[in-house]
Amino acid sequence: MKVRELMDQLELFLVAGASGVDKEVKTAYMGDMLSWVMANAQQNSAWITIQSHINIVAVASLLNLSCIIVAEGASVDEDTVEKANEEGMPIFSSDLNSYRLAVKMAELGIA
Amino acid sequence: MKLRFEVDGDEFVLAGEASSKLKKVLMQLGISSQLIRKIAIAMYEAEINMVIHANGGFIDAEITPDKVFVSLSDTGPGIPDIELAMKEGYSTASDKVRELGFGAGMGLPNMKRYTDDMKVTSEVGKGTTVELTVFIS
Ligand SMILES: Nc1ncnc2c1ncn2[C@@H]1O[C@H](COP(=O)(O)OP(=O)(O)OP(=O)(O)O)[C@@H](O)[C@H]1O
Ligand SMILES: [Mg+2]
Repeated sequence: MKVRELMDQLELFLVAGASGVDKEVKTAYMGDMLSWVMANAQQNSAWITIQSHINIVAVASLLNLSCIIVAEGASVDEDTVEKANEEGMPIFSSDLNSYRLAVKMAELGIA
Repeated sequence: MKLRFEVDGDEFVLAGEASSKLKKVLMQLGISSQLIRKIAIAMYEAEINMVIHANGGFIDAEITPDKVFVSLSDTGPGIPDIELAMKEGYSTASDKVRELGFGAGMGLPNMKRYTDDMKVTSEVGKGTTVELTVFIS
């Protein structure tokens, strides 16, 4: 599935990184401790987190993740937005919590 | 090929920049994405430690046909007990830093796991040097 389809299906709000929405999403990873994400998230994952500061962009780019979904309506810092635009790393925000997002992604067939 | 990066200890915003740059160079050199992933993970962890636990420093990277070697040196407080610091879950990160998602105590273990060789040398009050090697085969 493409990032843009995920965005439509989950009714996600695109905050930054619009140039990356044609990337492929193969799986997902959920986590807020960056070292755990570093160690375990697979490439082409959609990453669900409540972190919204600039370092999430570096983590996602280094791991070749497909996009970042900031859950629970957490607001995304301005410098995070700028960095994500630079890197073409889509960041979405959603009012749903991480669990709800994960359930919906499972329903869409994302393993 | 030799590369040098300066890491600003006050610029949390820039943390990860050196790792991103090295990753781009390795991609241009056609290194496999699996190897790049290992190097990027290990180097990022070491780079972020330089910002969070020390006050920045220098990173030297050397790329040769058989390996990528990265040496990160800071002039921070040093690590009193390296063996303890290497344990999964051990962290001295402040609550403020933990709220940002750091402080799981997984950085040093990640470096070990994702490199072929890792060496930490440290002197309390002087600083810390982390050397990471990933072989290209
Ligand atoms: N460059 C450094 N200078 C001083 N102390 C360090 C340095 N790197 C690591 N340490 C010490 O070693 C501990 C463990 O480091 P490690 O990277 O494994 O975990 P962390 O940084 O606390 O959390 P995480 O990496 O999971 O976000 C740190 O909490 C800190 O006390
Ligand atoms: Mg660390």
